Amino acid sequence: MNLLGYFRSQRKQTAQVAKERLQILVARERATRSGPDYLPALQEELLEVIRKYVEVDQDAVHIQLDKEGDYDILELNITLPEHGGK
Amino acid sequence: MAKIVVVTSGKGGVGKTTTSAALATGLAKAGHRTVVVDFDVGLRNLDLIMGCERRVVYDFVNVINQEATLNQALIKDKRVSDLYILAASQTRDKDALTDEGVERVLGDLSKEFDFIVCDSPAGIERGALMAMYHADAAIVVTNPEVSSVRDSDRVLGILSSKSKRAEQGMEPVHEHLLLTRYSPERVQQGEMLGLDDVREILGIDLLGVIPESKAVLNASNAGVPVILEEGTDAGQAYQDAVARFLGEERPHRFLEAQKKGLFGRLFGS
Repeated sequence: MNLLGYFRSQRKQTAQVAKERLQILVARERATRSGPDYLPALQEELLEVIRKYVEVDQDAVHIQLDKEGDYDILELNITLPEHGGK
Repeated sequence: MAKIVVVTSGKGGVGKTTTSAALATGLAKAGHRTVVVDFDVGLRNLDLIMGCERRVVYDFVNVINQEATLNQALIKDKRVSDLYILAASQTRDKDALTDEGVERVLGDLSKEFDFIVCDSPAGIERGALMAMYHADAAIVVTNPEVSSVRDSDRVLGILSSKSKRAEQGMEPVHEHLLLTRYSPERVQQGEMLGLDDVREILGIDLLGVIPESKAVLNASNAGVPVILEEGTDAGQAYQDAVARFLGEERPHRFLEAQKKGLFGRLFGS
């Protein structure tokens, strides 16, 4: 590290930020990729239905497809806001 | 039967054509009959990197449409024996690469050659999918940069689900990582993803690391595959990568930053 670098390094190193962003993104993309093609559309529509009744954010709905032996398990995780209901 | 190798990346400008030219040249130099095929229909460029742009008469699509024979379209390299180039067409017709046509041409080439190197276009459109479909092995060219790593992962997903080997339940395509435009100095400064970071994210075998090098542009300016520039860092890194591809074990080079003098350490960037 040089003198200039010493002052620059106060910020978080960008390579580390890049790695963390990629790890999250790649994990998410792999999960949707391995699932059936309709998964993203299903997620969209579920979100629409839920929004009829409560106000939730785009990322409040998590869909995950897991395999357990012979079964595929569709896991649906919806985070409701504290004061739901419209 | 030839081994079909696709050079792919998803993202453009990461060094697919440079790598295709280097790999094909290296394989031929090692004594294997090799043909390198440009799948980038509409944007032919492999001929320029190989330095045979003035000798292209017939191209891949002409052979598919049976307007020319393979022998008429194959361009024999003037420097390395056992090396041939099949240029891409400049047609703007996206559907020029038909499934049957590509299969037939690759089948015919397979009888004559030991290796068929397929230079994939960027993106995941038809040309790229066709280049990947028949592959036995894939070299995924990646830059240590977020968009390139993401696209490489996307391409790996396609290889493992949409390739012929995947569709027919054969042994999967052997995937190799080639990290290009690597700058050890910037990795050391924490400005660039390191080799271990990229390996951890993509999780495939490492074929080699090609350092960021002036030699690559110089070689392409002159139409010489950079692997023939034997005195250069990039040339040597490609030689190592090809040797590894052929099963030889070689230590990885050009991974450490050059040591700087006192002046450089104080004021260098």
